[in-house]
Amino acid sequence: MRSPPMSDRSAHGSNVFLTRPARHLLGVQGMHPTRITPILDLAENYTLLNRSRKTPRDLLRGRTLINLFFEDSTRTRTSFELAGKRLGADVVNMTVASSSVNKGETLLDTAATLNAMHTDLLVVRHSQSGAPALLAQKVQASVVNAGDGTHEHPTQALLDALTIRRHFGVFEGLTIAICGDVSHSRVARSNIHLLTAMGCQVRVVGPPTLVPGAIGALGVSIHHTMEDGLRGVDVVMMLRVQRERMKGTQVPSAREYFRFYGLDNKRLALAKPHALVMHPGPMNRGVEIDSRVADSDQSVIREQVEMGVAVRMAVLDILSRGGDGA
Amino acid sequence: MKPVLFENVRLIDPASGLDRAGRLLVRDGVIAGTDLPGAEGAPDGAEIIDGQNQLVLCPGLVDMRVTIGEPGFEYRETVASAARAAVSGGITTIAVLPNTSPTIDNPALARLLRARGEETGMIDILPYGALTRECAGKEMAEIGLLAEAGAIAFTDGPHAIADSRTMRQMLTYAKGFGALIVQHPEDPSLARGGCATDGELATRLGLPGIPAAAEAILIARDIRLARMTGGRLHFGHVSTAEGLDLIRAARADGVNVTCDTAPPYFDLNETVIGDFRTYAKLSPPLRAEADRRAVCAALADGTIDAIASDHMPCDADDKRQPFAVASAGGTGLSTLLAVTLAQVHAGNLGMSDAIGLLTHRPARLLRSDAGTLATGQAADLCLFNPDSGWIVRAGELPGKAQNTPFDGRALEGRVVGTWKNGQRVFWAQAA
Repeated sequence: MRSPPMSDRSAHGSNVFLTRPARHLLGVQGMHPTRITPILDLAENYTLLNRSRKTPRDLLRGRTLINLFFEDSTRTRTSFELAGKRLGADVVNMTVASSSVNKGETLLDTAATLNAMHTDLLVVRHSQSGAPALLAQKVQASVVNAGDGTHEHPTQALLDALTIRRHFGVFEGLTIAICGDVSHSRVARSNIHLLTAMGCQVRVVGPPTLVPGAIGALGVSIHHTMEDGLRGVDVVMMLRVQRERMKGTQVPSAREYFRFYGLDNKRLALAKPHALVMHPGPMNRGVEIDSRVADSDQSVIREQVEMGVAVRMAVLDILSRGGDGA
Repeated sequence: MKPVLFENVRLIDPASGLDRAGRLLVRDGVIAGTDLPGAEGAPDGAEIIDGQNQLVLCPGLVDMRVTIGEPGFEYRETVASAARAAVSGGITTIAVLPNTSPTIDNPALARLLRARGEETGMIDILPYGALTRECAGKEMAEIGLLAEAGAIAFTDGPHAIADSRTMRQMLTYAKGFGALIVQHPEDPSLARGGCATDGELATRLGLPGIPAAAEAILIARDIRLARMTGGRLHFGHVSTAEGLDLIRAARADGVNVTCDTAPPYFDLNETVIGDFRTYAKLSPPLRAEADRRAVCAALADGTIDAIASDHMPCDADDKRQPFAVASAGGTGLSTLLAVTLAQVHAGNLGMSDAIGLLTHRPARLLRSDAGTLATGQAADLCLFNPDSGWIVRAGELPGKAQNTPFDGRALEGRVVGTWKNGQRVFWAQAA
């Protein structure tokens, strides 16, 4: 395992962020390794600080972070909330899913409201692809995309990358299988962009109705059986499958899905002996993943959650310095 | 009314094959002639417009696919604002789609729209009649009565007739009146929920896609129905290679089918939606580059009968939305000529052919006598400088709606003046 740089925050200063300053983190598409690596390094630091409970609570003191969630997500929201609080920010959660939007307030009205509140950091989740990008054009705050439609989920990809790096030390030469509902997955897209940029071989595995034909253009290989897709991989990354997709339009039933695309020990045995099992959560046990696999020694699902907080701290830290996003 | 004499202009009248330097005289609102001997002086008191051998004079353009906000969506565009935009683009006749609120499914409304056009004194409005009641795709509208009231063709606007049986009946019944049916060529079930053409870009952006084949699938069905029924069928804004191939083959086979396209489909490709640019969200969605090239080729080989602006006004609130939620459509009246001329400057179309696609060819499809410079015709005229450069700027276009997909596009070709029935209705200050 590669030892992470132990420098403190100030050592990162401006020198590693020489490139164009960006105010927002809207996606990882097109992000260069020279930008990704410093985020992972900083997050590695925050992992240690989190464990020793000595996070710099003065860093974002007086800054306001709003978690603006147009779609409910307890995990991601909590992760950002902890990240903000551990850096000393004033954190407010706004779940808009059922309130203002139904009253006809537009996204841009919401933006105007947030500007009036002098928000510094805005974490946005929205069911529509591109919604955070639209908000970013109109708000004074730095926007972090916490998942938009089927477009991107950049902090998920960063935390997945950090988890992988902690186990393998490097990215080059690794083969990663991303399995399940790739079509509707922002997690898959962000991971594809980030992991291919870092030099991994990425495979996508799933039924043809859940894998877009054009995904090959993103530099991945397409596999329609788990047996084909999992052979010899270093990492098996499972995606959550929405139950409503398994009512006959894209997949005939949950039991058929599990039979052919669920991850069980037998299929996992096709991967390399100590291959990692990852899942962005929340899991559908018995649909895309067998409980014995989810709870096995190869599973790093809980570590992903821990890395999530650290990566989000790193992102908030960098953006609050007016530093680099994407 | 003073006579107007155009001198030292390049006269282009594709209907008669006229394309030469010359003079044109307008008297009492009609074209008095184009064959005046060079020596003959101007009539007494005539206004003289000197083209200085740089300007082209052609018939006022006939735009066969326009959405206006009236009635029902006046916040987007009114007849008056659409007229201002049209004449700034040299357009003097517009055919307007019936999917307004209320829909143009009754004869009184068709008459009203014609009258609203006349009131402007700038443009003629040729109303489309709804093909089905409320453009809902189910019950037949009163095609005969609407035609009597001046509806020039029948369509449900941006909605395709999904049901094959209904489409068959429509083609069969309309045939009795010799009426033209205009279809939006997109299979509705394949298009449902989609907002971009399926492919790499839509996949990257995480936008729900519509396969380009949704066009060919509907075109193939309707061509077969047209062959079965003998009805007159026209496809609006055709945008894919495969769709155009089907139309080309059907015509070679003698099927009574025609089509138009719109400037975005030969001037832009899907990449302009870039990072969720909703002004470039159109219906049908912008296509891959190979399809754009196929549209250019079909313009050049004559498969496409007309170029229409496909003007669809939206206001800022319709467009400042996440991409999938934003309204589809772009303005096109004021840019129709200049974007078409880009095909001329690129060497893909001859000048006279390009003007034909914008004048007498759509007019002939709609059985209108507009779009020619024939002596005795109403003097609807467009005077333009084919080489004058300008940049399209959303927010600075004439008319109300500003949602142009061509924002920032540099173009060559600018309308200098527009005449309706011999009256000047537009004059550019510095063209």
